[in-house]
Amino acid sequence: MIYLKDVTTLRLDTTACTGCGRCAEVCARAVFEMRERKSVIIKPDACIECGACAKNCAYGAITVTSGVGCAAAFINGMLTGNAPECGCGPKGSSGCC
Amino acid sequence: MDTEKLNSTCCPPDAPPADKGVKSTCCAGPGRAPINLSASSGIETVTSELTLSDRFNAVRCRLGGFRMHYIVRPGIYAVGAPGPDSDVFVSANYRLSFNVLRRSLRNMNAWILVIDTKGINVWCAAGKGAFGTDELVGRIFETRLSNIVNHRRIILPQLGGPGVAGHLVQKQTGFKVLWGPVNAADIRAYVEAGYKASKAMRSVRFNLFDRLILTPMELVPALKIFPLYALAVLLVFALAPTGISATGAEAYGLPFLVMAGAAVFSGAFLTPVLLPYIPNRSFAIKGWLTGLLTTVVAARSIGIYSMPDALIIMTFVFFPLLSSYIALQFTGATTFTGPSGVKKELRYAMPLYITAAGASIVLIIAFKLSQWGVL
Ligand code: SF4
Ligand code: SF4
Repeated sequence: MIYLKDVTTLRLDTTACTGCGRCAEVCARAVFEMRERKSVIIKPDACIECGACAKNCAYGAITVTSGVGCAAAFINGMLTGNAPECGCGPKGSSGCC
Repeated sequence: MDTEKLNSTCCPPDAPPADKGVKSTCCAGPGRAPINLSASSGIETVTSELTLSDRFNAVRCRLGGFRMHYIVRPGIYAVGAPGPDSDVFVSANYRLSFNVLRRSLRNMNAWILVIDTKGINVWCAAGKGAFGTDELVGRIFETRLSNIVNHRRIILPQLGGPGVAGHLVQKQTGFKVLWGPVNAADIRAYVEAGYKASKAMRSVRFNLFDRLILTPMELVPALKIFPLYALAVLLVFALAPTGISATGAEAYGLPFLVMAGAAVFSGAFLTPVLLPYIPNRSFAIKGWLTGLLTTVVAARSIGIYSMPDALIIMTFVFFPLLSSYIALQFTGATTFTGPSGVKKELRYAMPLYITAAGASIVLIIAFKLSQWGVL
């Protein structure tokens, strides 16, 4: 399934990409495809901003503002003034994940 | 066959040992030796079969609350009879994750390296950084993994990706991180294919069953608030100039309890289960549409339409949006929603929810006042 269109913060700097393929390997949403020894974002709307690709790109070619896609986390964040956090931490009992 | 032993490791990794005079019924109750995974070899053997109590606990975990006590002690575990060339699989110390992994390794000889993720599953822990580069690197050194195996590769669950930078782990420990499949069930196929995961193995699924098992987590919080809501509704409709009227509570209060029940059912169960078939990508809108349908049906069957206009309007303002609000919470349980999308939804939905709740209260006050002949 695909969530909202045109919202992802995912960016790829093709000039920094060495074509190692790690991003395509680690992404669980099949967002990237390797074409002519470069990574290409083929399904931007499938991106859930988990941050796995950016974390595993040794060449810093990917940036994404990652976080949890969880409404309860943002609502709690608004109410408490803290950073959004999902309820699966030590404090929360019924988590969002 | 140490399954029995494992079942009793409910203590957190940093629990004090029993011999320090600490009384704990959990990990070192009277007459029970503390589980010591670092004894002699430092390696615990586990079976790959799940016991009935493992399964029972899995159900309890799904219902929430119980999850925090469901921890596996970090360290290295042996499945079958692994040797220095056997594969090393990394697991979170959330028991459900660990159980799924050891079951997938049935009839294989392998090592499991359990890292301390505070009892949280891989996906959540990776997002928080608990399933992270530093913890993994530290655990590799602490368990002296390089003395246990000859090779220099470890297999991580792909969903740990947001927390672990594979290249940094390799730089710091010499162990190359191989990203295993998303689902532990595919591990055998992955290994047999020469540590290659197909595109399908690399993608998270979110099928009917996945959605169904998550609905209890959505229903439970809603049902917790329900008694409070019920009390408030019954009280409001029972209030009369002469005191408390049971007929008022019965005529108006009970129908609105049913309506709320329908909205909860719609938002926490129907919407998640029917997710792909409900139009629109927005969860708020999906939940509202399902809620509208449920409200129309429920309102008809319990006779809301014969009530005063203020209450009919209130019904259609409030309950579909209640369903929408609850459905929006399901974004936390799905595998395809990201923070930017959720933030976008909340930006337009939250003001709407608050306005609708306010308007509903005004409508009920208007109804009460006209009932009392003030208006
Ligand atoms: S991980 Fe980075 S360098 Fe490697 S293919 Fe992806 S973007 Fe290019
Ligand atoms: S942030 Fe996550 S979902 Fe988005 S492209 Fe990167 S790995 Fe894939």
